[in-house]
Amino acid sequence: MSDELIIRNLRVSIEGKEILKGVNLTLPKGEVHAIMGPNGTGKSTLAYTLMGHPAYEVTDGEVIFKGQNILELEPDERSRLGIFLAFQYPVAIPGVTVANFLRTAVNARRRAQNPEDKGIPIPEFRKLLKAKMELLKVDPSFAGRYLNDGFSGGEKKRAEILQMAVLQPEIAILDETDSGLDIDALRIVAEGVNALRGENLGVLVITHYQRILNYIRPDVVHVMMDGRIVETGDADLALHLEEHGYDWVREKVDNGTPA
Amino acid sequence: MSVDPQTDFLEQLGEYRYGFQDPDVSVFKTRKGLDEEVVRQISAMKGEPEWMLQFRLKALNHFLQRPIPTWGADLSNLNLDEIVYYVKPAEMAGRSWDEVPQTIKQTFDRLGIPEAEQKFLAGVGAQYESEMVYHSIQEHLEKQGVIFLSIEDGLRQHPDLFKQYFGTVIPIEDNKFAALNSAVWSGGSFVYVPKGVKVDLPLQAYFRLNIANIGQFERTLIIADEGAQVHYVEGCTAPQYTTDSFHSGVIEIIVKKGARVRYTTIQNWSTNVYNLVTQRAIVEEEGTMEWVDCNLGSKVTMKYPSCYLMGPGAHGEILSMAFAGPGQWQDAGGKVIHFAPHTSSKITSKSISKGGGRASYRGLLKVYKGAEDVRSNVVCDALLLDPQSRSDTYPYIEIDEQDVTIGHEASVSKVGEEQLFYLMSRGLSEEEATTMVVSGFIEPLVKELPMEYAVEMNRLIQLQMEGSIG
Repeated sequence: MSDELIIRNLRVSIEGKEILKGVNLTLPKGEVHAIMGPNGTGKSTLAYTLMGHPAYEVTDGEVIFKGQNILELEPDERSRLGIFLAFQYPVAIPGVTVANFLRTAVNARRRAQNPEDKGIPIPEFRKLLKAKMELLKVDPSFAGRYLNDGFSGGEKKRAEILQMAVLQPEIAILDETDSGLDIDALRIVAEGVNALRGENLGVLVITHYQRILNYIRPDVVHVMMDGRIVETGDADLALHLEEHGYDWVREKVDNGTPA
Repeated sequence: MSVDPQTDFLEQLGEYRYGFQDPDVSVFKTRKGLDEEVVRQISAMKGEPEWMLQFRLKALNHFLQRPIPTWGADLSNLNLDEIVYYVKPAEMAGRSWDEVPQTIKQTFDRLGIPEAEQKFLAGVGAQYESEMVYHSIQEHLEKQGVIFLSIEDGLRQHPDLFKQYFGTVIPIEDNKFAALNSAVWSGGSFVYVPKGVKVDLPLQAYFRLNIANIGQFERTLIIADEGAQVHYVEGCTAPQYTTDSFHSGVIEIIVKKGARVRYTTIQNWSTNVYNLVTQRAIVEEEGTMEWVDCNLGSKVTMKYPSCYLMGPGAHGEILSMAFAGPGQWQDAGGKVIHFAPHTSSKITSKSISKGGGRASYRGLLKVYKGAEDVRSNVVCDALLLDPQSRSDTYPYIEIDEQDVTIGHEASVSKVGEEQLFYLMSRGLSEEEATTMVVSGFIEPLVKELPMEYAVEMNRLIQLQMEGSIG
């Protein structure tokens, strides 16, 4: 059994068009990796594929976590195994409160471990939720609101991080969590992620811009281009990209230099 | 022969929980079918005054002349000649559960009625086949003059009050099934709440059909005098049979000046029951009538609770919820008629169709000339769980007055792949995710129910959803 998420030669098509053309990446728990790259290079496709969205067709490769190829699992099974995706565009579930939703999700996890489980006692759940909301500086009224229904862009992203805090995944993928956020909202969300960092959590930050990495400092930065990881480096690589753009990477790829 | 309780339990999971049947313990039945003799027999069994017999016969005549309506749900398989119209289950109605025959009491125990009565109800009526077998109300309410009796006892003990209102809200000629009920009615409640008296806890009536091929024709009359308040709840279940049963009630409500009545239905008939019900309230000045109508069971339901807003400032509200599963057709909705100025109304309809089920919203909003400063809002939302299911909306709006504010919105949505993926990515199974979307959809309505019923409703929805995903 390994404590890493290992992506090997992952090829993915959507509606017959190949988007990921052999992605290789290893994310150990305890580390934060960033995937950067221009728009349309397959970053979000990677995020959705790791979570198991039915519209994405895997044509080759494997993704190993805890000794299993998770590509063979349903999204809910992957979640219960410890994988979490913070969505770029979280959908609204009208009529279902954040608290009720999270309690159901917590109970689904408990039942997966023990089919006899009666569910988390309500006082215990309230305590858990309150603690996480305080940690992330989320307003208590959040718990009673309908999930993502009428939320601002910033509120949606904070709700994603709150879910992550309550569900305590081992691998978290943040898909363009910075998009659509002003600098204050970005800082609040990033502080939340930092508060959850630790040796039991591996984080994959998918982003177009470097600025979120000013707040969530990555251990490793990957550059994705045309469906492949083409460059890997440390946090300075992100700064270099910020300064010089992606053209130099593209040139390198076009000249056939291996990534 | 022994039955493994474990297997038995597993077989019942996800199925209709109220489908158990008891032996036929009835003490009297009319023969199959309907004619004048059957009506005279029912009337004689009840020892009624002559005016009531004449009322019944007149209604029978009207019923026989009127065609089966074809504008709504499919009634072509309803065979009215195969039905037994009156089944007397016991000799008399009890005021304590000990007086109720053992088999029947056990049924209501299994349905949790006596337990609910002790916990959160002000009074309970229980009907089995054609008669109320139990009727009781808290003593302190009785002392304040609140009347809560079987409809027959209402007629016997309060003949003048009864005659003043009976048949005035829904006349014989209203529709074919109201005429049928008027001819063969049996059971139901008679409720009177005196001026200014507020009944804090709900009064509940529970209706149970036990044997096959029978009709239940309960008749309820509720009068809330000036400034009074009452909440009446009805629930209903039946065993599952391969042949059809029939339920056709008439509910008449009079809301006097400044009074407030809420009538909540949790209809959970087995899916072999035709449920054709007429419910109407007359609302006087500053009065408020609220219908909360939840239709989960039955084969076919046609039911449009109505508010006739007769006095200035009257308010009518209808919350309609329908769940149509395989083989079910729920034709539900509501009617509000504004006769007076400064009246307001709101209709909210939520329907869910699943597994080829069909749900229709059918509603009428009418404002008469002279009813100035009327405000009304109609919202109907439908949720389709699969491509085989169907939803229709028939919103009729007739406005004969200029000075009105009317809003109407309708929406149809499907449980989206993105919603399911999102919820499943948090560890919910597909079934749990679908159930969550459905309970969120009906939440605005469920939160209007008293807590105990809201819990029950969520549980019923979960049962409906169980095993729905292959």
